[in-house]
This record gives sequence, structure tokens and C-alpha cells, in this order.
Amino acid sequence: MAGDKIKMAETINEVKFSDAAMAEIQRYISHYPEGRHKSALLPILHIAQAEFGGWVSPEVMDKVAEILNIKPIEVYEVATFYTMFNLKPVGKHVLEVCRTGPCCLRGADQMIDMIKQKLNIEEGETTADGMFTLKPVECLASCGSGPMLQVRELYYENIDSEEKLDAFLEMMRNKEHETPTWKK
Amino acid sequence: MGLKILTEHINVPGIETLEVYRKHGGYKSVEKALKTMSPDEVVEEVKTSGLRGRGGAGFPTGMKWSFLAKPEGVPRYLVCNADESEPGTFKDRWFMEKNPHALVEGMITSSYALGANTSYIYIRGELLFVLRILEKAIAEAYAAGLLGKNILGSGYDLDLHVAPGGGAYICGEETALLESLEGKRGNPRNKPPFPAVKGLFQCPTVVNNVETIASVPWIVNNTGAEYAKVGVGRSTGTKLISASGNINNPGVFEIELGVPVEEFIYSDQYCGGIWNGKQLKAVVPGGSSVPILPANLILKTAAGEDRLMTYESLSDGGFVSGSMLGSGAFIVFDEDQCIVRNTWNYARFYHHESCGQCSPCREGTGWMEKVLHRIEYGHGHQQDIDLLVSVAKQIEGNTICPLGDAAAWPVASAVRHFRDEFEWHIKHPKEATAPGAVYRGQLDAVTA
Repeated sequence: MAGDKIKMAETINEVKFSDAAMAEIQRYISHYPEGRHKSALLPILHIAQAEFGGWVSPEVMDKVAEILNIKPIEVYEVATFYTMFNLKPVGKHVLEVCRTGPCCLRGADQMIDMIKQKLNIEEGETTADGMFTLKPVECLASCGSGPMLQVRELYYENIDSEEKLDAFLEMMRNKEHETPTWKK
Repeated sequence: MGLKILTEHINVPGIETLEVYRKHGGYKSVEKALKTMSPDEVVEEVKTSGLRGRGGAGFPTGMKWSFLAKPEGVPRYLVCNADESEPGTFKDRWFMEKNPHALVEGMITSSYALGANTSYIYIRGELLFVLRILEKAIAEAYAAGLLGKNILGSGYDLDLHVAPGGGAYICGEETALLESLEGKRGNPRNKPPFPAVKGLFQCPTVVNNVETIASVPWIVNNTGAEYAKVGVGRSTGTKLISASGNINNPGVFEIELGVPVEEFIYSDQYCGGIWNGKQLKAVVPGGSSVPILPANLILKTAAGEDRLMTYESLSDGGFVSGSMLGSGAFIVFDEDQCIVRNTWNYARFYHHESCGQCSPCREGTGWMEKVLHRIEYGHGHQQDIDLLVSVAKQIEGNTICPLGDAAAWPVASAVRHFRDEFEWHIKHPKEATAPGAVYRGQLDAVTA
């Protein structure tokens, strides 16, 4: 047991934001009045997710709590409420496909089925090679250009045929993530 | 195509830059308001304009502004609601992406009117790419002396920041938005106190939609009286309509309020008619939470008058035969769409998005989703239809925030207008669950 504890402590120490990320975090904190720095929690969780492989681990959340000088539970309760924060490891590309009514009128259900079939995964699962995670989401405010999906910060719209889906998946297999603007 | 108050220059190349935006008259309202008008005079113009909240509720903006408490020595805040999440709505995202300075200008002029020295744009977390566009525009405005200390030498100070959400429909509700902006879960607050008295950081706050705020510069430049001349009756001005579904030209259209619904659907200027030469089956005219109407009732009121794109005309007949303009999200269904499946889809959405604070919403949305799922998949019972109506009724009006109503209305209206389609699913599960099967009885009745 003692060994476990020591190992955990080491893991926490490993969570280290880059200088660029810390600068971005400080910029967000500066947007709020004295004593209201907790307001920066959501922006910081976005930065954390981009910084640590597309998800936020308990250790990362603890680090965020430490930075904001708030209790870890205040971070957990927020991270678990908002659906954009992934609480488990995800694939390189998380396919956030809109599954809401207006996109379905234009074929979103069929697109989701095709993705499942082509990647051989169910909703919430990751491909064996770690390339893709399928995560159907609710309305992304792109109803005129559905079926559509989001990967990290970018939207991919009007994917309304098998050919377009194939081309999209092929493109993603060879694609690295965009560098967040605050790292440029 | 009518007057363009919001989108006249939206397709000008480079309009997202300060230089091009100013070349086309940008930031004139800031100069006019800060140098020649008192804050109260700006509020009066907005009152005179008859501008109503463009997020969905349609509450008069000038009146909302005049409720703002102004205790001595307490900061006041203006918060822009850019959480656009109502299914069918994508006008704000499109507008901010293309013309970010128009929102920044509206924020400066409106913040001045309200006496706010710090303002926030709360944008849904999925739109981080739009947040970057806004932040770039804001940085340009700071550099040009349009934000910060002593704006244009007027003595007025304003800081403007953008804050992202994290993926929660409920944060479009203004008190949930404020909670989220404070770094908490998006649980709506009990009212009173209203945000106008105790809002962000317990200070007096006004929360306005993107389109509402972006309309203010034109009103300041041209007067509220001129704005009130556009539109019909109490539906003044122009409105951005997000048109989606089975139409030839999906997209965002700025219309003068009062365009006939039939023209909006079939004119090539707007939706361009139903795709693939199909027939119109139904329309949800104001975002997923407003009642769905069958083709006959969306084109004409129960009294046989042409339905117009106005707050009043779309709600003519109440919930018996009318709907709402809402956020202006116009979702069109062709003859091959299944109302039961769509209603289940919406119910799943509201169940997913319920914050869980109020039992009628937390339990009721899940219950409706379950019942609709079994009808859609061929396991429905005859009594399920009345059960849906009963659950919807028990949610409506019994929750802290309007999400409960928003979840109940689509279900209640679908059953009201398409009851025979639900019955067909229950009586003929095999036929109804066959691939591509659609109930056509209603449509035949309409076209006969």
C-alpha cells in the first residue's frame, strides 16, 4: 500500500503545463475581478485537455485545482457536468458527430452508422490502433451544413455521402492536430 | 431582398479586420454614443426601437435594460449570450465568425448605455475557433483605442473578454450561463433575485443575445424610430433566420419581420423550396423547443390567414394551432420524415441536457425519451400516447427554468398534430419499423 501511495505522488508531480499553457492560463485568470479567479476554470480545463492528450485525468484536475487554489472537488464537479471534457483516455482524433434532429433530417443517423461500421467501433469506443474515438454529441450549431462533426477545434461539414466520409477519414489518418493558437 | 441591418457588409472580403470594418462605417455608433449621447439617451433609443430579445424569448430589450439596478459603487455587467445551442439555430455562430467586429461594436455601445466597465461574451465551448476570431477582433479594438481606458477620449472605460463554456445546452439559460461564467456547474438559479439585481458576481447584470447586441449600433446610428418602421406591429426590425432541414438553400437569412412563411419556404431568395421536388410535411419554426406545425398550419393560420414571419403571426392560435418565432431556427421536414423518430430525437436531446435540479424535468425528460423510443422501435402500447401527453403536462411550468417547457412542447405538439402517425406506429409495428417506412396518411389528408 505504501508503495502505491508513493507511485501516485510521482504521477501528480508529472503533471506540468508548458510555459505557453501557463501564460494562457494566467491571461484568462486576469479577465476576472480580484477573488473571482475560479471563473477561469472552464477555459483552463480546455487548455488542460489540449495539453494532455485530449482528456483530463484526476491528476490533471488536481493540478488545475492547485493552480486556482480551489478544492479538487470544485474541479471534478465542473469537469463531470460539461460534456466536452473527456474523463477517460481517448483516441488521437475524437469524432464528435452531431446526432440532433436537424442534422438527422440530412442523414446524420446514417453517417453515424457508417462510421461505426467502417471503424468497427460502437459509440464511446476507440479503434484498436488508437486513431479514432466515436463520440456522438448534441447540436453543434451547424444545422444548415449537416451531417457534420467536430474534431478538436475544427468543424467538418456536409459529409453527406460515403465517398465524402471515406475521404474525410483518410485525411484524418494522416493529420496532426492543429497547434492551439496560444502555442504559436 | 429587404433592408439589411445586420448583414449589409457581411460578405465584404476582409470585413473581419478592423480596417475594412471601419471603411464600411464600423464603430460609428461608438463615436456617436460616447461623444454625443448620454447612456440614458442610448437606452431610450433602444426602447423606442421596439427591439426584442433575439435569443428566443422575445422580451423587449429596452425594458430589460431599464430594469438594471444601479446602486452606488457596485459594478454592473453586460454579458453577451453566445451559447447558441438550441437545435436548429446557427445564426450567431455564422454572424460572429464572419463579422466579429459588429458584435464588439455592439458590446461597446451597449455597455456604455448600461454603465458597465467590464463585459463578457460567453460563447459555447464547441466554438473555440470563433472565440479565437473574436479575441483577435477585440485585440484590434484595444489597439485602436476602442476598448480599454478613456475610449476615444470620452472618459469611458471598458474591458471586454470572451469566456468559453464546456458543452451544456442549459448554459443558454441566463442564470445557468452566469453560474458557468463563475466557473461552476450550469445549474439555473431561482428567481428572484433577477440578474438585473443580482447577476454576475452578485452584481446587477444584463444578459443579451448576440443578434440583439449586434442590432444596437444601427439603432444608435439611425435612431430607434427608424428601426421601429421596419417590420410589422410589435415585431420591429430584421431577424436572422437559420434555415435547415430538407430545403434547397439551407443557411442564414436576414429578413424584415413580416415576410410570408410561404414565400420564405419557396422563394429562391430564401429556402428555395423543398429538396428533390418533395412535398412539405411540417415545420418547426423557432428552434427545437417550439411546437411543430403540419404543412397546412404553418402556411396559414387556423382562421385561414397567411402566416407571416413575425412573433405574433407564428404564435397565432396559441399552442392549439400556432407555434413561436423563438430563436428563428426554421427546421423544414419533407414528406419522407418520420415525426415519431424526430420527436424521440428531441426528447433524447432534452433528457441529455437536463441539469437534473428539478425532479419533473430530470425524471420526466428521461421518461418521455423511453416511451418515444419504444414507440419508434415497434414496442409501443396504445396508452403510451396519453402517457406522453400526461408526462409533458406534468413537466410544463413545474421547473425552475424553461428547459422543462422546452422539453414538453415538442412532444405535446407532435402528439397534437400527428396523433394518427403515433397510432400507426403502435398498431402496425412491423410496417412502421421496416427500413425507410414513413406514415403518409396525414400528408394525403393535407393534400387531398
